[in-house]
Amino acid sequence: MSGLVKLFRKFGVLFGRKRFRDELDEEMAFHRAETEKAYVADGMSPAAARSAAARRFGNATRLREQSHEVVGFRAETVLQDLRFSLRQMRQSPGFALTAISILALGMGVSVAIFGFVDAALLQPLPYADPSRLADVAEASATSPRSDLSRADYEDWKRLNHSLSALDVYGGSGYLLATPSGAVPVPALRVTDGFFSTLGVKPLLGRVFLPGEDQPGKSKIVILTYGSWVKRFGGRSDLVGHSISLSGSAYTVVGILPREFAFAPRGNGEFYVPLLDKNECEQRRSCHNFYGIGRLRDGVTIEAARAEMQAIAAQLAKQYPGSNQGQGASVVPLSETIVGNVRAVLVILLSGAGLLLLIACVNVASLLLVRSESRRREIAVRGALGATPTRLLCQFVTEGLLLAAAGCLAGLGVAAWLITLLLRLMPKDLADYVPFWRLVGLNAHTALFAAGVAALCALLLAATPAVRLSFQDIRVGLGEGGRGAAGRMWQRLGANLVVVELAIAVVLLVGAGLLGQSFYRMLHVEDGFDTTHLATVQIIAPDSIYQKDDQKIALDREITRRLSALPGVESVGITSDLPIQCNCDTDWIRIVGKPFHGEHNEVNERDVTPGYLAALKARLIRGRWFNENDDTTRPQVTVINEALAEKYFPGEDPIGKTIGAGDLSPKSLRQVVGVIANVREGGLDQEVWPSEYFSMYHGPDSFIAVAVRTSQDEKAVLPTIVSTLHQIDHNLGVYGETTMTDQIGSSQSSLLHRFASWLVGGFSAMALLLGVVGLYGVVAYSVSQRTREIGVRMALGAQRATVYKMVMRQAGWLTVFGVSIGLVCSVGASLLMRKILFGVQAWDAPTLAGVAVVLGAASLAASFLPARRAARVNPIEALRAE
Amino acid sequence: MFRMTKKSDLLPGTLDMLILKTLTRAPLHGYGIALSIKHLSADVLTVEEGSLYPALQRLLLQGWVKAEWKMTDTNRRARYYTLTAAGKKQLGIEMSQFEQMIEAIGRVLSDAQEA
Repeated sequence: MSGLVKLFRKFGVLFGRKRFRDELDEEMAFHRAETEKAYVADGMSPAAARSAAARRFGNATRLREQSHEVVGFRAETVLQDLRFSLRQMRQSPGFALTAISILALGMGVSVAIFGFVDAALLQPLPYADPSRLADVAEASATSPRSDLSRADYEDWKRLNHSLSALDVYGGSGYLLATPSGAVPVPALRVTDGFFSTLGVKPLLGRVFLPGEDQPGKSKIVILTYGSWVKRFGGRSDLVGHSISLSGSAYTVVGILPREFAFAPRGNGEFYVPLLDKNECEQRRSCHNFYGIGRLRDGVTIEAARAEMQAIAAQLAKQYPGSNQGQGASVVPLSETIVGNVRAVLVILLSGAGLLLLIACVNVASLLLVRSESRRREIAVRGALGATPTRLLCQFVTEGLLLAAAGCLAGLGVAAWLITLLLRLMPKDLADYVPFWRLVGLNAHTALFAAGVAALCALLLAATPAVRLSFQDIRVGLGEGGRGAAGRMWQRLGANLVVVELAIAVVLLVGAGLLGQSFYRMLHVEDGFDTTHLATVQIIAPDSIYQKDDQKIALDREITRRLSALPGVESVGITSDLPIQCNCDTDWIRIVGKPFHGEHNEVNERDVTPGYLAALKARLIRGRWFNENDDTTRPQVTVINEALAEKYFPGEDPIGKTIGAGDLSPKSLRQVVGVIANVREGGLDQEVWPSEYFSMYHGPDSFIAVAVRTSQDEKAVLPTIVSTLHQIDHNLGVYGETTMTDQIGSSQSSLLHRFASWLVGGFSAMALLLGVVGLYGVVAYSVSQRTREIGVRMALGAQRATVYKMVMRQAGWLTVFGVSIGLVCSVGASLLMRKILFGVQAWDAPTLAGVAVVLGAASLAASFLPARRAARVNPIEALRAE
Repeated sequence: MFRMTKKSDLLPGTLDMLILKTLTRAPLHGYGIALSIKHLSADVLTVEEGSLYPALQRLLLQGWVKAEWKMTDTNRRARYYTLTAAGKKQLGIEMSQFEQMIEAIGRVLSDAQEA
């Protein structure tokens, strides 16, 4: 008969189980009755015949089962196993709860972290066909990705054939007129095709039309959904109306959809077409845009990059003054958006994975301990006829059930953790990583969770299986569950503990390194006093402050009024506050030194005379600026040490002259002072050469004020803001904060803080689990050896010897675990070198510290069982036999 | 008395062969099969119910026998098993195998007696 028909019959039995049973029952009842009749015919009494027949038949249920096994499926025994496993769990809820919560913890953490990884790294950007989008920028020796100038952009767009579209965006800010005064709002200036290149459809109205970004076109604006709701109450009739931005009327033409986010400028609320060229955009050497391009079909990112580099080289030949050394950078847009968080996320995911592993191993060893204490049960069941396979199935089912329960609970933990982490994420960071909104339990995370669950289940099912296959049933029965067979488990359990300890070491070392690098980052040499420093940003509207004289007067007034406030020691104004970026740069040339058109890029800052002193920067040579350094006199500059060392090695820079590449008379300035480096760039960036100019020589309309206070700087902020509004209620005042807060919330320090706290949390849990695991092994081995210890003590062993015996075992396990862990962690930290700051991967103090912490914790964990062993009463131990 | 408690006590497959053989004459119910084997073997072989019914299920599954409910002479419902064509073929195979086996065993035994 074919296998197929057989299968059908099996199915028939499975679904008609009741009928099958009834038929079999009836058949056997008939058999019994006939036998009974035969006995009666032989001369037995009816009662005797009945019992004889029943005796002959034996256990009817067992008979039925035997017949059923022939045709039945395994599924039914699986159900039995499942029921039995559930009973086992109910019987020892402590064990089940512990195992399930450990698993849930490991699962939850790794699924939650994966949720973030998925949102940031796996899910496509929320734009049309995002894999074809490229980030297009210029490149130079000092920065591999730098802004495009408007003129370069126009040439690139005209000359290239690789991109079907090339658009640019640049940051901007406007003063929005509201009934309660002018409010500064961050904005973007973009080219006409910006939204169609990204493939974004507006919620209301339209996006920009071709040509609307040209100089002289009408002023229009598109609002983000958030801005529309927050600032205009989501009025549906806003489209078509005009709003006042920095004194000019802009017509609202569209509202962007709610889910739209543009990470590189996450906080921008208004999108305005480029329109007229500002002073910067009239020069080819002034860079203020980044580009996004859409690759033509069949064009690779490498091909596009090669073409852009060729175009850049051609422009460099054509315009050597502005373009020499300016290359091109074309990378996938996703790289630009998530590049900086990738390393951190990968490290977090690895950490979570290790934690999961340690959790699984811990539960596996719990299972082992339990299977050990169930040796008698196994032996009895084996003796009663359970085959090894059947017993194995039972244990595998128990492992699977635990894994399933743990994973379900783990999903709950994951959901909770994700919401918690999202809530903990600072607003500033969330603005720049808008893909966080994609974080959640979705198909990807579910798939990942299922994979993790399967691995857990495999591990938990395999452990007792391995354990069981080594066990001889007769030994289990004969020795009544004690003695030599325990050694087998000890070895396996001990190996697992070594694994746990090693993983704990890796996580602790990782956390230690991240913590240190975070600490170092916050304690880098800043070159100024970051405490008691309040800062605020100001926009002076061009419509009112048109002339330089007006701006200078404003700067003087601000300085005067703020200085008069109680608790204020000094006040300075700058174009950019420190610890922001190596940006707003200038290309310099030293008069009297060889020059071949190279771009000597340095930070350029315009500051009022009191600014550097207010920062408490250190003057090394020469003088500060003074009130007379204005347009009536030749321009002078103060440089930092880095500039002095790079461009005036071994010389005294005071009195030397610096100019622009063409040495135009207007650009020449004399060095009058050298200061110790003030960190202008980010915490994890190197210090660049910087030059400072007097604000009174070329004032700005976007300025920042630094206020040195004698007491709590935070308390002064409201007064500063109100004073500024008193000076002129048209001033846009925003970003009031303290230098300490600004440093703490900078992106690099946020990422580091996020990573070190999380990995720190992981390693604390790992330490706990590892030490508990060690405690379990030692305690168990002591309980197994009670009789042996009793005999030893009866024969005269001292308590100290017993202590030593137990501690030696624990000591060896710890030494093994820690050494393996240290070796692994050096490897692991080499992998995270990329995000480490100011600390080596093989940092000896960290490694030593972790070894000491883990060693001490292990000693403490093994001391308790050792004490119990030493307190064994020999008489009781022997009597217990 | 020799009791066929477990398959392992007999040569493997022997019970199946005996059941198939008893069914060659006429369809029988389980009790009838056990009785028939007992009588034909002159009370030497007793089939235990614990072996008989699983064996019948096995034969059913293989398609060597068919089962149907009928009334007995004493007017009771019983499940009668009938040999199928496939079962007849299988019986032939098993019998020839068994004869070869017996022959082989016999040769070994007679040799042992001569020695």
